[in-house]
Amino acid sequence: MLKKITHLLAVCLLICSFNIVAQEARPMQDNAAVEVQVQRLASQLRCLVCQNQTLADSHAELAQDLVQEIREMAAKGMTDKEITDYLVARYGDFVRYSPPLKASTVLLWLGPFALLLAGGFGLFIQLRRRQRMAVDAPLTEEEARKVSELLNK
Amino acid sequence: MKRALLPLVIFLVVAGFLFKGLYLDPREVPSPLVGKPAPQFNLSRLDNPEKKISPKEMLGKVWLFNAWASWCPACKDEHPLLVELSKTGFVPIIGLDYKDTNQDAQQWLDQAGNPYVANAVDADGRVGIDYGVYGVPETYVIDKNGMIAYKQIGPITMEALRDTIIPLVKKLQAQ
Amino acid sequence: MIPEIGHFSLILALLVALTLGTLPIIGAARGNAVWMGLARPLARTQFLLIGFAFLCLAYAFASMDYSVLYVASNSNSKLPIHFRIAAVWGGHEGSLLLWALILSVWTVAVSLFSKHLPDDMRARILGVMGLISVGFLLFMLMVSNPFERLIPAALDGRDLNPLLQDPGMIFHPPMLYMGYVGFSVAFAFAIAALIGGQLDAAWARWSRPWTTMAWVFLTLGILGGSNWAYYELGWGGWWFWDAVENASFMPWLVGTALIHSLAVTEKRGSFKAWTVLLAICAFSLSLLGTFLVRSGVLTSVHAFATDPRRGVFILAFLVVVIGGSLALFAWRAPTVGRGGKFSVVSRESFLLANNVLLAVAAISVMLGTLYPLFLDALNYGKISVGPPYFDSVFAPLMTPALFLMGIGPIASWKKATLPELAMRLRWAFGVSIATAIILPLLLGNLTPMIGLGLFLAFWIITTTVNMVHQRLRGHGQSLLVRIKAIPRAWWGMVIAHLGIAVFTIGVTVVKGFESETAVRMLPGDVAHLAGFDFTFVGVDEIQGPNYTANRGQIRVSKNGVERTVLETQKRLYTVTNMPMTEAGISPAIIHDLYASLGEPLSDGAWSVRLYHKPMVEWIWVGCALMAFGGLLALSDRRYRMKKRNKNSNDDELSEQEVVA
Repeated sequence: MLKKITHLLAVCLLICSFNIVAQEARPMQDNAAVEVQVQRLASQLRCLVCQNQTLADSHAELAQDLVQEIREMAAKGMTDKEITDYLVARYGDFVRYSPPLKASTVLLWLGPFALLLAGGFGLFIQLRRRQRMAVDAPLTEEEARKVSELLNK
Repeated sequence: MKRALLPLVIFLVVAGFLFKGLYLDPREVPSPLVGKPAPQFNLSRLDNPEKKISPKEMLGKVWLFNAWASWCPACKDEHPLLVELSKTGFVPIIGLDYKDTNQDAQQWLDQAGNPYVANAVDADGRVGIDYGVYGVPETYVIDKNGMIAYKQIGPITMEALRDTIIPLVKKLQAQ
Repeated sequence: MIPEIGHFSLILALLVALTLGTLPIIGAARGNAVWMGLARPLARTQFLLIGFAFLCLAYAFASMDYSVLYVASNSNSKLPIHFRIAAVWGGHEGSLLLWALILSVWTVAVSLFSKHLPDDMRARILGVMGLISVGFLLFMLMVSNPFERLIPAALDGRDLNPLLQDPGMIFHPPMLYMGYVGFSVAFAFAIAALIGGQLDAAWARWSRPWTTMAWVFLTLGILGGSNWAYYELGWGGWWFWDAVENASFMPWLVGTALIHSLAVTEKRGSFKAWTVLLAICAFSLSLLGTFLVRSGVLTSVHAFATDPRRGVFILAFLVVVIGGSLALFAWRAPTVGRGGKFSVVSRESFLLANNVLLAVAAISVMLGTLYPLFLDALNYGKISVGPPYFDSVFAPLMTPALFLMGIGPIASWKKATLPELAMRLRWAFGVSIATAIILPLLLGNLTPMIGLGLFLAFWIITTTVNMVHQRLRGHGQSLLVRIKAIPRAWWGMVIAHLGIAVFTIGVTVVKGFESETAVRMLPGDVAHLAGFDFTFVGVDEIQGPNYTANRGQIRVSKNGVERTVLETQKRLYTVTNMPMTEAGISPAIIHDLYASLGEPLSDGAWSVRLYHKPMVEWIWVGCALMAFGGLLALSDRRYRMKKRNKNSNDDELSEQEVVA
């Protein structure tokens, strides 16, 4: 019995000495919750020295510096708006990929929907007007017959 | 007006904007700090790292704040102009040594001349960010009350100096 | 010597194009058969001349002739041959030559396949295409000469941008240009019809195949660009609403409206003014794209090096072509005439709504793209308009269009009734809503956007399947016979619409359920993402033909079972000294696993980004289905029947030619 236990213990020790339990990869940044906020902001803010890239995607030094600033601000508990305002105060609205709603951007933000409504309205008017038209269908069919004759010559 | 003319009219308006756009630079970022107080800082000086420098020291004077670095080729282009300007004593120039090493910066100034009354060392670029610096060189004209009156993006050219900066400084000095 | 010959060939081509752009059109106005007849041989000559010039430039690249400035700027001796050839269109001048070449290809194609057209119409069409060619050739010869010499010759070239050293470069620009330039055919048809006054169903029928073909190419080109960005740029993005991407998307949107509008004009004789205007706008947007990319007006990773002189030239060209055609439209629009009558609820009205929605979408994309320029020009400061704006505006605009896709195809022409339609669609509606709610809940995340996206996708699928089922209802014949009995054009529509549904599923799922993580990895470290285990094997150094790289390998397993090994590289291209990341991707139907090697860290570890992208491949499968549907529609019998007639006509003509 004792021999068996010793044997078992020896085997266990042997296995433990070959311990190759894989190490967990450490995240690049320590604070995961803050990092979520940082990534969200960095993907909505513009790299100022790149040709149209977000801070998150850019390898430029200024972009990395700004992401670091954002990280520190986020770690301090600043909200998205506060961090964005901080950067806008220094670099202007250019740094935001989502333009703020101001007098000068009303046309931008509301334009498409106004256009959609106008288009829909215009469409409706046109359709009603067309319904009251006096053009007869038979004429079109005759023309269509003529056309297919021409085509099949 | 015929409705069918609308597409043509819209196109011509757009074309007008496109034409204007040919003469604009889409990569230039104007500073929102113009007309606002120059951000405060308290950085060590290049010539004497024990001592600090801050914009408060320049209150009551009109001055130029020039962000530069020894690794920046465009800064080397504008440097002779700055040296000339400093020799006239017309307006003091404070430098912001941006993301540089003291050794390299001092070496460059010894070599090419020192137009700066003093240099603030911004090793990590934080103060640069506060000023909205996104590239070097950039120069700010700051008035007697510590307000930013103008920002020159890129190297100072003879034209910029003659047509914009000098007249502005004269005007601010007279206030 | 060869570059000079190529240059000379372009000059000759310009002369030919000038002739092509004038004599046939004047001939058509005067009824001069000889002048009209010049169009076809001139088209062929132009193609040969521009083709020859292109070959000369390709030869300069293949033979590494660094005395040509363009070759020296875009190539290098270490660049592998296939990229040296692709580099022909890697820069501004060469890509213009490609544009001109493809335009001459389409022109000669039209000259070959237009025997059924009336002579004056054909003459005008080829003439208009010749005029456009004049613009591009003049542009090249005056301010963008690809054959300009570099004296003294460079010892070696500056190399092609590493981002472009990829198979995508061989495929994406030519496909895209085939699409952009292809819309010039529809444009020319429209102009010819406006000039000649023959704007009828026949005109629409002739225009359709050309337009569909161009649309197919553009779809494939955009697909290629998106997929290329995905695997090339290293962070799994596939669309950024970048100015140049938008420049390709706007013609696509208008082109889609155009192919639908042409269908109505052909079948019902309606929408003539719309169709003509859409044809003009589609090509105009192609030209606008050319301007945006080359003028320096907007910032983009795609932009070519800029020069204000070039911008002014292209803008002048735009004003002449677009302004001229829109002026022509305004003048001749009253003569276009109305089509048949149809009620407020009918297939026509749904297609008209489709036109309006796609047009509004295209205008909105243009608004967002040009708005920063508008504000800057008016001195209102500088703003940026990026993905957050476009995403929030585009989805609501497209929602009604996608919804109508379920209703339009089953509505009757001329008059349909809402209650009847609702009746037929209620099953599809119910199934779509249920799936859109249950599926995300099962997958773990239900948001309004996910629900909406899935609803629209399943709505299109269920209504389309329903429609196919109805149409295939047999009378004793076998299924295969019944399938073959339905025209290919209809099947093309079915597949293209299903392609949109597949695309929508891909976009919705990947945006709603993707995940990523950024970790520091030493050999042996394991990271976890979306239920998978990523084990970092290690990094070794390898040598490529013109780069050195650090190659990282990551073993992926799930529940202890090894699934795949991802290989990602961090390359340094020796000539340009530019770093580049090659992502390691394991694509599959259900998801993509994506790994991107980052930087080496101080402790010997590497930063690695890992992504899980569920159903991202559906995006491109959907686009491919759309393109396939278009091709299927093109292969419809009626276009092939015309070919048979054309062959018999051919025999007659050749006899006459011999006699003459």
